[in-house]
Amino acid sequence: MSYEAVIGLEIHSELKTKTKIFCGCATSFGAEHNTHVCPVCLGLPGVLPVLNKRVLEFAIKAGLALNCKINNFSKFDRKNYYYPDLPKNWQTSQYDLPICEHGYVDIETSKGKKRIRITRIHMEEDAGKLVHSGNTIKDSETSNVDYNRTGVPLIEIVSEPDMSTPEEARLYMEKVKSILQYIDVSNCKMEEGNLRADLNVSLRPKGSDVLGTRTEMKNINSFKAVEEALEYEIERQEEVLEDGGHIIQETRTWDPDRGVTLSMRSKENAHDYRYMPEPDLVPIITSDEEIEKFRESLPELPDARQARLESEYGLSSYDAGIITSSRQMAEYFDAVVAAGADAKLAANWIMGDLSKNLNAEGIGIEESPVEAQRLGEMIGLISKGTISSKIAKKVFEEMWKCPDSPEKIVKDKGLVQITDTKAIEAIVDKVIADNPKAVEEYKGGKKKAIGSLVGQVMKQSKGKANPQMVNQLLAQKLD
Amino acid sequence: MKLFEQPAHVLHDMLVNKEITSLELTQAVLARIDEVEGDVQAYLTITREEALAQAKAVDEKIAKGEEIAFLEGIPGAIKDNICTKGIKTTCASKILQKFVPPYDATVMQKLEAQNPVVLGKTNLDEFAMGGSTENSAYHPTCNPWNTDCVPGGSSGGSAAAVAAGTAVWALGSDTGGSIRQPASFCGVVGMKPTYGRVSRYGLVAYASSLDQIGPITKDVTDCAHILNIIAGRDEMDSTSLDVQVPDFTKALVQDVKGLKIGLPKEYFVKGMDPEVEAAVKNGVKELEKLGAEVVEISLPNTDYAISTYYLIAPAEAATNLARYDGVSYGERAEDASDLVEMMTKTRTQYLGEEVKRRIMIGNYALSAGYYDAYYLKALKVRRLVKEDYDKAFKDVDVIICPAAPSVAYKIGEKIANPLEMYLQDACTVPLNLAGLPGISVPCGYNKDKMPIGMQIIGKALDEETILRVAYTYEQSQSYHEDRAQLGGK
Repeated sequence: MSYEAVIGLEIHSELKTKTKIFCGCATSFGAEHNTHVCPVCLGLPGVLPVLNKRVLEFAIKAGLALNCKINNFSKFDRKNYYYPDLPKNWQTSQYDLPICEHGYVDIETSKGKKRIRITRIHMEEDAGKLVHSGNTIKDSETSNVDYNRTGVPLIEIVSEPDMSTPEEARLYMEKVKSILQYIDVSNCKMEEGNLRADLNVSLRPKGSDVLGTRTEMKNINSFKAVEEALEYEIERQEEVLEDGGHIIQETRTWDPDRGVTLSMRSKENAHDYRYMPEPDLVPIITSDEEIEKFRESLPELPDARQARLESEYGLSSYDAGIITSSRQMAEYFDAVVAAGADAKLAANWIMGDLSKNLNAEGIGIEESPVEAQRLGEMIGLISKGTISSKIAKKVFEEMWKCPDSPEKIVKDKGLVQITDTKAIEAIVDKVIADNPKAVEEYKGGKKKAIGSLVGQVMKQSKGKANPQMVNQLLAQKLD
Repeated sequence: MKLFEQPAHVLHDMLVNKEITSLELTQAVLARIDEVEGDVQAYLTITREEALAQAKAVDEKIAKGEEIAFLEGIPGAIKDNICTKGIKTTCASKILQKFVPPYDATVMQKLEAQNPVVLGKTNLDEFAMGGSTENSAYHPTCNPWNTDCVPGGSSGGSAAAVAAGTAVWALGSDTGGSIRQPASFCGVVGMKPTYGRVSRYGLVAYASSLDQIGPITKDVTDCAHILNIIAGRDEMDSTSLDVQVPDFTKALVQDVKGLKIGLPKEYFVKGMDPEVEAAVKNGVKELEKLGAEVVEISLPNTDYAISTYYLIAPAEAATNLARYDGVSYGERAEDASDLVEMMTKTRTQYLGEEVKRRIMIGNYALSAGYYDAYYLKALKVRRLVKEDYDKAFKDVDVIICPAAPSVAYKIGEKIANPLEMYLQDACTVPLNLAGLPGISVPCGYNKDKMPIGMQIIGKALDEETILRVAYTYEQSQSYHEDRAQLGGK
């Protein structure tokens, strides 16, 4: 039988507020254990939470950017379960009245555009972190708790089960990440756990509209892992079903080293979270006027920006899609163009040499040693004919290494294109004189022979001769 | 009257007029503690040295001719579920037996601006769960009027201290009657303000939507003064109300002319001690004589208040108390081989029976499959109870009923029967469900000279009217001048 996968994602994203969701402690990552704590986030007896207004603002902006309806009346609830990283032994979250509902994002798959619906977005607090003495909890003598992360604000974005391939799931998560970065509500640093997803997947016979039993994989924090974990899990479920077995509803963990998913907790052992309304926080009332103000404050979002790049600069949909996939890249592109560069050349350089170098060094475009201004100037030199595209590659490599302007590099290294007819003519004459065989072949009708002559001229000019002029002069002299 | 028997407003005047020093006063109250604390056992912690040092500091200030605040230099006590920075706060539980808060409750910050002399922390039913202070994990507190009897609860330590003269004033907390009922049992004044009037920040939560801190004092005047100090919006408590706080002492006028008092018929029925009923009705008659109008009213959902309360309060308690797991503070059980065992053993060993009972009830009520039938239904009935009051208050200015269906009973008499204990809360829990303010003022005694309290209930945020009625009544009588004589044994 052939199966189709049904995939839904719950994406957790830390919000980049300066302080925690219910107290004034800092949210910054990487501090010494238990230094960003206070009575409130430690859950000491008698403390009360106070909602950080920025959290609400960021959650509403995320909702608007993800095409959600913002609820005028919303509230917090207690999600009760015992775990040492949760000092109160409940997580303050939202249950039946989340801040945002009924949104969607569009993704561009290899088979075309697809809309993924978003069920809801709610606000909640993050838990702390266990620090084990050994490598895992099982081989540890002791475990300590670091409460720095306790109370860092999160939004949970719950999708409908609208995805049917691992690729779609990855594209959806990439799109959500990009949008959250555009509106500047999350750093989305996946390696720091800023953005992580729980993947729900089930299989059903192709064409069926009945949902199969699903499994869930928690805390997946890279796009690669999203695809790999889903690929593995779909294959595993397929095998179980093919063998006449049935899927157990359970939570499975993804082991990226072994590339497998492993059973963690079955439904029978699932928590009863005993949700109840949080009596220490008042309901959240948001007026339509406030919502409209937030909507007006949103920046240009990826889809709109892509459309603009296509119409304004004539970029292909593919190129515009890549350039706008992150706000940083899109802003870099705009800055390159503003520095006077041709838009298409700018796109090519950003997607080509720049991306290649950034990837090789594992840094983001915002950390690029070649600032947008300098890249723009360099592209300007190509357009002016000062340097050839080929020389530009050398200039770019120099720019990567030193902060000099492209003009200075070109000058210092003597990379200016030779456009002096006399200088080129001298080399051309010399090459014609030195290569009688090739000249004869060309004159005998073998037009291709001119290629080796051009090559000789370029070589002798150390690549600096303007190739068009070389071609022109050779043709003049031989014809 | 001896110094320790005087109310705070009298002592304040004596301090201002330099008739006494704060040190003399503090020493007098500490001597009273030495004399009777062995019989009353109102305290869990006594901060003698700090109290004396504070008294001296205040005296220096007075000597310099500086002005002093109302409570300045006057010794009082704090219920041991209100966090005091650097002073142990146990909630009368073994699980917090060594817990020293690193922060002050908002009410403590407000009090400290007044430089009062804090004598220590008073006994309570563990985590404020109970109505007799017998659920304290340390020791029971005895009623100063008859030490064989309970002082009521859960603020039994605070009420007993004020009644015994081992504190001039005290703070309590009221979740289902925990200020008003012990005030009634101990013949003192106790007020539960409107929910949200006083910050709960630093009050160790029992049931968050019901808890409220309030004063326990020797008379209505002191009550108004202390309410002035502790009331007001607090940025640390989202549920505290952002409203103007009036000067409550302005309500201390003898005038009930034209005031309409509602007598709810549902409160004067089965289970009510006839002597209590008679004393409260006499009190109402007195107010009528003074010019008030009395009408019978109906609060039809009163019967459901107890069952509603005993679902909502335990449900909130079950989550509020989940934090006592032995992980980062409080006691931790030894010899656990894994995490679940550590948490289970800790909670089993260090939490008391009544606390565990309410945690079980609460978790049951919140469980999947039971939530709608119990918790959600209780929330709906809570609304009905509130609507009863809203309706009644369209016609009347205050509602009067007893603060408890009986006088103080013998220690040990009811403790074996939790359900009977729960029924004792019938007169007080409806206010907590509705968030309304209520005050208990002494209105007489039964044949054994045990005090009876009259409860005056007001509209939300209308503490002024109930203070005015309470003050008018008090001044027409002399009960507030009576002092407990430590009978019994």
